[in-house]
Amino acid sequence: MREFTATVDFWGVRKDVRLDIVDEPVAPGDYILNHVGFAIRRIPPESVAETLALYETLLEGDDTDLMTGDVRAEIAGTS
Amino acid sequence: MNDIPLQFRDPNLARSLAATLARLVGDLGRPAAVMHVCGSHEQAIAKFGLRSLFPKALDVIMGPGCPVCVTDVPEVDEGVLIAAQGARIATFGDMLKVPGTVRSLADAQALGAKIDIIYSPKQAVDLARKTTEEVVLFATGFETTAVATAAVILDNPPPNFSVLSAHKYIPPVMEIVAEMPGSRIEGFLAAGHAATITGSAVFEEFVERHGVPVVIAGFEPNDILAGLVELVELIRAGTPRVVNMFPRCVTREGNLAAQQQLWRVFRSTGGRWRGIAHVPNGNLRLRDEFAHVDARRRFPIDLSSLWDYAPPALAGQCICGDIMAGIRNPRDCRLFNRECVPENPVGACMVSNEGTCKIWHLYGGVPDLEASA
Repeated sequence: MREFTATVDFWGVRKDVRLDIVDEPVAPGDYILNHVGFAIRRIPPESVAETLALYETLLEGDDTDLMTGDVRAEIAGTS
Repeated sequence: MNDIPLQFRDPNLARSLAATLARLVGDLGRPAAVMHVCGSHEQAIAKFGLRSLFPKALDVIMGPGCPVCVTDVPEVDEGVLIAAQGARIATFGDMLKVPGTVRSLADAQALGAKIDIIYSPKQAVDLARKTTEEVVLFATGFETTAVATAAVILDNPPPNFSVLSAHKYIPPVMEIVAEMPGSRIEGFLAAGHAATITGSAVFEEFVERHGVPVVIAGFEPNDILAGLVELVELIRAGTPRVVNMFPRCVTREGNLAAQQQLWRVFRSTGGRWRGIAHVPNGNLRLRDEFAHVDARRRFPIDLSSLWDYAPPALAGQCICGDIMAGIRNPRDCRLFNRECVPENPVGACMVSNEGTCKIWHLYGGVPDLEASA
């Protein structure tokens, strides 16, 4: 990492990415969302688990399950 | 940590999501059509063969989500005319074959114009620093890419650098599509990259106005399947709202620093999108404060010199506009994979890597697995 650029590993390919418009400070080891050579988001590791958990709730089935309904309502509330 | 990205491509999760999607569409008991507005979504759908997993009763239509495809003829003409004055044009590779009134940038290059293919706006600035020649960044893309252009403009580019902005802004064109007469679209899958910048809140008024749900989804196969599951669920429940299915990147308010740079450099103005319509506030142009880097002010551009030429005959049969509007698909076009192929494209949908026709040509569109079994 240098002041305004970072070297990023994309599925094994390394490229330099600018940090001008990233939403918060990044550190070595972070995941970022890249667009045309600019980092536009530092991906918080905990949010990855959050997304995967969200997908699991979709699988848990139907609306007759009250708990699933609650989880859905909660997700919708944070949209 | 290293296997985290792979979880978004996990085949077991994909199969379960696809089964859930099939069950929900079955519960709906009727055909439904939804639209995504991003070339990267179409690319992922085609690349990973997701269309073969979609239930037959669910039509997933690609909307006007390819920025190169919607770059209008006069915008290409401006680039061609600036190149003819000896400036170096730096642009994304997709732009070269996009037809102008008379010439594409590739045609201009064959006649001696200097065209450099770039991957990022910062490469155009790097190029300008290495030469005394005028370098013009012919900038296409939606707000996500416009943010990168804004960043290089705000980072003291050299005096021989300027920008020809053909950037476009997605939210207004969704209004146009939603209001199209005869529209069958019951829900939208919004692009995760763009929403990372704008935030999910930008769609809230849209949902209120049109009563159709918007689900924000990422670009991995399971992101898209999960997004569709949620979208169909909202359609079935009859409760239109904005749901963010890409929380690892999208927040309600978005990337505020990026928005600030975007709107400091650009203003939105009405303009034509090729094949779609005049889109109020759909074009991003440089503010007066940045006139010194605006190629439209630096170079004399007289488009009327091109207007005597008739458009090529084949272009008259191209249905690219209907395809971008989601009314027809490439199979409905008599030119598709015959006269119109990536090596010799007729319309912009076959030119760009994000164009529906190019993607269907490469990956086969909707494979009919039952017929080939």
